[in-house]
Amino acid sequence: MNRIPRTLLVGGVIVGVICILAALGPWIAPFEPDAFNMRARLQPPSTTYWFGTDEFGRDVFSRVLAGAHHSLLMGFGATIISLVIGVPLGLIAAFRRGWTEEAIMRGVDLMISIPPVLLGLLILAVTEPGLLKTMLAVGLVYVPIMTRVARAVGLDLLAEDFVEAARARGEGGFHILAREILPNAWPPLIVETSLRVTFAILLGSALSFLGLGPQPPDSEWGLMIAESRPFISEAPWIGLAPGLCLCLLLIAVNVVGEGLRDLLDPRLRGRGH
Amino acid sequence: MTSFLARRFASVIFVLWAMTVLVFAIVHVLPGSVAHMILGEFATTDAIAALEERLGLNQPLYVQYWTWFTGLLRGDFGMSLTMERPAGPVILEALGRSAILASISIVLVAILGIGLGIHSATHVGTWSDRGLTLMQYFFIAVPEFFWCILVIIFFAVWLGWLPATGYAPLHEAGFWRWAQHLILPVSTLVLGLIAHVSRLVRSSMLEAIESRYVLAARAKGIPERIVLRRHALPNALLPAITVLAVDVGILIGGIVVVESVFAFPGLGRMLIYAIDNQDIPLMMGGMIVITAIYALANLAADILYAVLNPRIRVSGSAG
Repeated sequence: MNRIPRTLLVGGVIVGVICILAALGPWIAPFEPDAFNMRARLQPPSTTYWFGTDEFGRDVFSRVLAGAHHSLLMGFGATIISLVIGVPLGLIAAFRRGWTEEAIMRGVDLMISIPPVLLGLLILAVTEPGLLKTMLAVGLVYVPIMTRVARAVGLDLLAEDFVEAARARGEGGFHILAREILPNAWPPLIVETSLRVTFAILLGSALSFLGLGPQPPDSEWGLMIAESRPFISEAPWIGLAPGLCLCLLLIAVNVVGEGLRDLLDPRLRGRGH
Repeated sequence: MTSFLARRFASVIFVLWAMTVLVFAIVHVLPGSVAHMILGEFATTDAIAALEERLGLNQPLYVQYWTWFTGLLRGDFGMSLTMERPAGPVILEALGRSAILASISIVLVAILGIGLGIHSATHVGTWSDRGLTLMQYFFIAVPEFFWCILVIIFFAVWLGWLPATGYAPLHEAGFWRWAQHLILPVSTLVLGLIAHVSRLVRSSMLEAIESRYVLAARAKGIPERIVLRRHALPNALLPAITVLAVDVGILIGGIVVVESVFAFPGLGRMLIYAIDNQDIPLMMGGMIVITAIYALANLAADILYAVLNPRIRVSGSAG
């Protein structure tokens, strides 16, 4: 067994703490995230308002907590969507060669030749924006990449002896895919997933920043940063607080992804370092 | 080589055509009436009928698609709904300004990314290498839009050195004012990409330095500088070309965000404007143009890769 690297541990702890804070947000937030307080507008950070207050006197710390919830949901939700759609498609493409594979992989090629942001914008441009829709759009953007990875993994595994043995036993296609291939495909898929989460959070918060995600008065980190722009000179903390949290989260998720890659998939180790 | 080129070119054409179908389908089929979307929910039936008449929306979908598609082939993107002028010239002007941002950025990313990567790889374990590695982690993770906010706070608000928003044309405002408006957008665009490229170059350069052909070259007594430049570097740069093509996609996303923040009147800002104002012809045209640029950038990268890497030229299997 490999020893768990220290960076992976540190990254994991930071991601874990942010997740717990986001989950406990409603109970530990000192103020209602949406409650206006016109007497306490644009207060700098203090012992009462840890991250200061915004133009409506709302507590920035409470809003950052509530926003963490949305940002995490969007990043992880989108990744799960791409996993749930992409992995079966990829495994089926690997298993049913010929016409089915051709159709799936041409579709994947096509989607990959559209710049990711554009694909997201295209989906969001014509519908009312909202948390779930942004999540779906970001998830769909990363489906083709997941499909490619799953297909490559599937092709590798199909050549293994235990698949041959299952075929010799006369097992059906679904059994082989679900029982023989899928359980063995997890390590590389987990690696790809954890690296994808960073991009999903980035793209999701960028789309929210552009106004195509959760809508005010909801708080989401990208949206909060966008809303802070008019007050950038008098109250920079409104944008800095969610921004720094977002950076911390992204760095930690990235560290975890790369740590997992080094741990689970030593063949790829050379690439990022 | 010719058949490889022909196949890649055919696939670019196919992608563009498929994108016209996709854009058209998503805009026209999915969410109910386009006229409703433009006029809002309080529109009267008469107003909607009039607008549908004007835009040709009362015709069957395949006729509408054909009209739009043949228009595109002639370079006619239709009338902008909000600007009372053809969408084509609007897109072209915006494209020109974005091209300035993009080309400066790509050149900077290529030079600095590759340069820093080589420096790190040839100085492994030194302070400068460790510092660069740490900075790469940081810069890859910081989102462009937060970067924009940080540089605006620092350079435009606190120091007051550079304008926070806008654009000044070169021939009207002169070189200095033109450049002033570009410094902040370009630097926010390139930071993450430089980190990305330099990191990749570092790892592929390290791989090359440890290879047997470099060992053989050293054993022959060739000076280290020449070993690095002639033997290690060309092999290390091949993967960087592929990544530069991927980075064009990231750059396009960055341009959309950065132009919006800095109110820079380029293609990305125009696209967001078109979406916010439901200017459908402008939006569809902008998306097709951006896809075309992305496809051509990838084609260029593939050709460059094939030219530099003899293995692909022979087998011709890089479709």
